[in-house]
Amino acid sequence: METLLISVLNGLVYGMLLFMLASGLTLIFSMMGVLNFAHASIYMLGAYLAFTISQFVGFFPALIIAPILCGLIGAAIEIWGLRRAHQNGHIAELLFTFGLVFIIQRVVQMTWGMLPMPYRVPPSLDFPLFVLYGSNFPAYRGFMLLISAAMLLSTWLLLKKTRVGLIIQAALTHPHMVSALGHNVPRVFTTVFAGGCLLAGLAGVIGGNYQTTEPGMADSMGPIVFVVVVFGGLGSLAGCFVASIVMGMIQTFAVVIDYSVADVLRPLGLAISGDTLLTEVLTVPVARIGALLPFVMMVTILFFRPRGLMGTRDT
Amino acid sequence: MLQVRDLHAYYGQSHILHGINLDVKEGEIVSLLGRNGVGRSTTCKAIMGLVPPRGSISFRGRELAGLRSDLVARAGIGYVPEDRQVFPTLSVRQNLELGLKRAGKFGRWTFDDVFRLFPNLAARQNNPAGVLSGGEQQMLTMCRALMGDPDLILIDEPTEGLAPLLVEQVGVLLAEIASRGVSILLVEQKLTIALKISRRLYVMGHGQIVFEGTPDDLAANVQVRQEWLEV
Repeated sequence: METLLISVLNGLVYGMLLFMLASGLTLIFSMMGVLNFAHASIYMLGAYLAFTISQFVGFFPALIIAPILCGLIGAAIEIWGLRRAHQNGHIAELLFTFGLVFIIQRVVQMTWGMLPMPYRVPPSLDFPLFVLYGSNFPAYRGFMLLISAAMLLSTWLLLKKTRVGLIIQAALTHPHMVSALGHNVPRVFTTVFAGGCLLAGLAGVIGGNYQTTEPGMADSMGPIVFVVVVFGGLGSLAGCFVASIVMGMIQTFAVVIDYSVADVLRPLGLAISGDTLLTEVLTVPVARIGALLPFVMMVTILFFRPRGLMGTRDT
Repeated sequence: MLQVRDLHAYYGQSHILHGINLDVKEGEIVSLLGRNGVGRSTTCKAIMGLVPPRGSISFRGRELAGLRSDLVARAGIGYVPEDRQVFPTLSVRQNLELGLKRAGKFGRWTFDDVFRLFPNLAARQNNPAGVLSGGEQQMLTMCRALMGDPDLILIDEPTEGLAPLLVEQVGVLLAEIASRGVSILLVEQKLTIALKISRRLYVMGHGQIVFEGTPDDLAANVQVRQEWLEV
């Protein structure tokens, strides 16, 4: 029971972190048609910047400054890079962001080195928030939930209650039409790209000390975020949210489930033994294939429902 | 007010428009006729800057060729595309709001005007536009463009696929638009509406203008009708 509750909370924390990354990516993807490979790199950049800034002015100012820097970097990438690459088609854009991944990674390695950074949870948040049946839930994770919930709410309000949000929503389906109605669509694109990068940066700030701040963090986060975007469906923030939470739960629970398919079959009277390939496959505990599950889910959904959970168009 | 001179347009390698010349004067209803695929829609898109134009597009003395579409729209040209392009997830009212170039800045047309003309849209103003019928979507797209208070409106095949009763409604709206001093460039395939309301007509064939004249001229010209219009 205690594992269940704590795991649900942990899954929620991780899911919300995923959502912070994936929401920006899905908005950029559905509006501009750009699969921004470098999105997770901005997440990494957010973590590194927060680490460095927090050494000078402390964690909480860094929580504000680092995402803004990431947003500005995003705006610069869109205005001087993507917009130019866009004229040569989607493949050029794709390759452009692909190149950015390596550039950002190298820059990070050259600036901060190959080793993990000692980016830690601030002391003021480093205590157990509550103890449930003997296992404790760290205050910092509560803080992460709070920040991501606040972010979710403000993004939602911005999209649903403001005129800019209305224009963004319209541009998700028909960007050319929005332009023909007299709205400056390139500026909307820059805003969305910068906003997405700001969210990714913020996820980096609060995720960097929750996980580890090291040069491989973009590579480990990037694929999962893509899975979330595809699984949730293009153009749908609600789908993206559901997919993030589901993925967060799956990843958290998969680690704690030590059963294999064979264990489930055994009480049904189906004992599996012998030394065949099938036995090998069926006796692998879920914990060991946990990392594989999201990708299996992505492939499966592309097969049976290419528009994703709640997408408005096919991938 | 609109002068198009030697307009060319390309989709990739294929040359679609071969030097179009056309004029729309202040307060005029002009129709652009022709069969499918002769470049009528491309002409509209090129004027709007949605397809890169080559040549001259002058609007009230200002050169528009090469401008981004939002600047063309802000110069005072409204656009109703053939495929309607309503924003399906947004409500009817939000669709209309997007027609406004600035929040709360109304010109000749207000929400009340639209809802008075089309009670159906009023009744469904909070429904997502995606669930409207084809005819309602057509009215919505036209009204959305009107909310931006254009001085000239390009309307691409507004009656396509509509029942006769709705075609009549489109005609009523076109008359209302014209009565408020807005010029219209109407792209049509059917002659019925065009002959009734236009002052002048152009007929297109193979990316060129092949006929220009009044509805009476066209009615008299059997050869043009047979070669370029009748199926």
